[in-house]
Amino acid sequence: MSDTSATPGLNGVNVEHLLGARNALGETPEAGLFKWRVTNQWLHGTHSASSVEGYFGLGGEHDHKATYKFESDHPLVFAAEDNAATPVEIVLVGLASCLTAGVAAVAQVREIQLRSVTATVEGDMDIAGILGADPDIRNGFSNVRVTYDIDADASPEDIQALVAQSQKRSAVFDILTNPVNVSVEVS
Amino acid sequence: MHTTTVVVGAGHAGLAVSHCLAARGIDHVVIERGEVAHTWRTERWESLRLLTPNWLTRVPGLAYDGDDPDGFMTMAEVVAFIERYARLVAPPLETGTTVESLTAGGEGYEVVTDRGVWRCASAVVASGACNLPKVPAAAAALPGGVESVTPMDYARPEALPEGGVLVVGASASGVQIADEVHRSGRPVTLAVGEHVRMPRIYRGRDILWWMDRTGLHDERYDEIDDIVRARRLPSPQLVGTPERITLNLNALTDAGVRLVGPLAGFSDGTAQFGGSLRNKCTLADLKQGRLLDTIDEWAAENGVDDEVEPPQRFEATRVEETPPLTLDLARNGIRTVIWATGYEADHSWIDLPVFDHKGRLRHDGGVVTGAPGLYRIGLNVLRRRKSSFIHGIEDDARDLTAHLVAYVGAGEPGARA
Repeated sequence: MSDTSATPGLNGVNVEHLLGARNALGETPEAGLFKWRVTNQWLHGTHSASSVEGYFGLGGEHDHKATYKFESDHPLVFAAEDNAATPVEIVLVGLASCLTAGVAAVAQVREIQLRSVTATVEGDMDIAGILGADPDIRNGFSNVRVTYDIDADASPEDIQALVAQSQKRSAVFDILTNPVNVSVEVS
Repeated sequence: MHTTTVVVGAGHAGLAVSHCLAARGIDHVVIERGEVAHTWRTERWESLRLLTPNWLTRVPGLAYDGDDPDGFMTMAEVVAFIERYARLVAPPLETGTTVESLTAGGEGYEVVTDRGVWRCASAVVASGACNLPKVPAAAAALPGGVESVTPMDYARPEALPEGGVLVVGASASGVQIADEVHRSGRPVTLAVGEHVRMPRIYRGRDILWWMDRTGLHDERYDEIDDIVRARRLPSPQLVGTPERITLNLNALTDAGVRLVGPLAGFSDGTAQFGGSLRNKCTLADLKQGRLLDTIDEWAAENGVDDEVEPPQRFEATRVEETPPLTLDLARNGIRTVIWATGYEADHSWIDLPVFDHKGRLRHDGGVVTGAPGLYRIGLNVLRRRKSSFIHGIEDDARDLTAHLVAYVGAGEPGARA
């Protein structure tokens, strides 16, 4: 949050714009329908590369300012080459990034000045699931823990409330805690 | 009381073991908590019929000889068949006797019953595979006012409250119960997890005719890649009806049953379902396709093509574009949840160090590990794929009694009667 030049004060989140968008959706709800897109290409072994270029929203197509690239691989203990983070770690990146963005936005609305926000995220997984060694064990995380260390001009209770509200409005928190329909097809 | 072998349970498995032991001259007793075929009499819903056609329903020394070889026995007919078998085997039988514990003692085992203690060199546990319903932990969060029913409590649709029903699980039990409950005017939502799809009739023959003829059902437990998985597979989506109908998810959809993904849990009176319904159905469709491919290849190689109808392929399972992920039970009038989520054997009375860290009996095809002379018979895929069916008992009983005879003969020289 170093770039605060475009928005008024505090944490650098353009809340006016976001609230304006929420009001505008009352008039044109279809503008709120977004499609987020990723393409992924296998490289070698368990190593693959994803890129994010554009998305659909507000009734039209948009490009990101640049094409963002993400690589993923599996670790050496899986006898893979460890060229990049493991996919499940990237899921945790998504969760932490989403919650932290939410903390900043909510703090902005509540006029709380943030000085530092650090999240530590840990996901528990028993690989007996993905190895098929024990059918009672799920493939994915059994537990995810996020710990925030926040320095801000606010009482501990207000900081707790920031973090709670951030979860309430977090897309990734919702994706991880509630079912979603996923269809995978071969073209 | 002393005997060489105690057999626990007088269903088709215990009687088959008794038949084989008698043929080998082994002194034994069969102990039964109720009467012969107790579970078939008391723990099955009213409309249930065997999944196996009559011509395939056989036990060592007795095969179906009625006039409806392609039919499927009702529970009353199964009980009559097993009673007839009991008269034929005429085992040394102690009915109305509940086994309270099985422990090590003396030269072998002590079987404590409510009517005395038996000491024996060996024991065969034939007390059934489906003693306890498996209900997921999520059931604890079921909202008040909704009945929770297992297939062992379930008798007939009319005994359920009026209103909607959520059936969890799409095994044979799940699809059969979903079908008749829905037809009773109680709208059914079916939560579908992993399942096994099979047509009742393929190329004019019963699917179990194919499993039998091709040898697929003879595949041994020690030849199967993942035996833990094979033993846990839900029963195939089959039903035995006089019309020999195929009861799959498309048939249920046509009847008006709503399909949703696997039950994840309940939250604030709302059921939540996983978003993998399409994947679960695609997996089952592909697996059915591979089975039919195997059958067709076998038919071509074995010159059976001309005896049967041409190959068929079936419509893929239809899944709506975005299946519901939540269901508010009260708002949707759901009054009952039926847990067709499987059964497990009750081994709680076996007081021996023969269980793994998950409480599963350790055994090698029914030969219990670490307890010489102790055997288990009548579990899913115990020694062969067909072990899950009545006709699978014959080979299993012969194999295990042969092992038992060698054991008591070698280890207990005086024990042979």
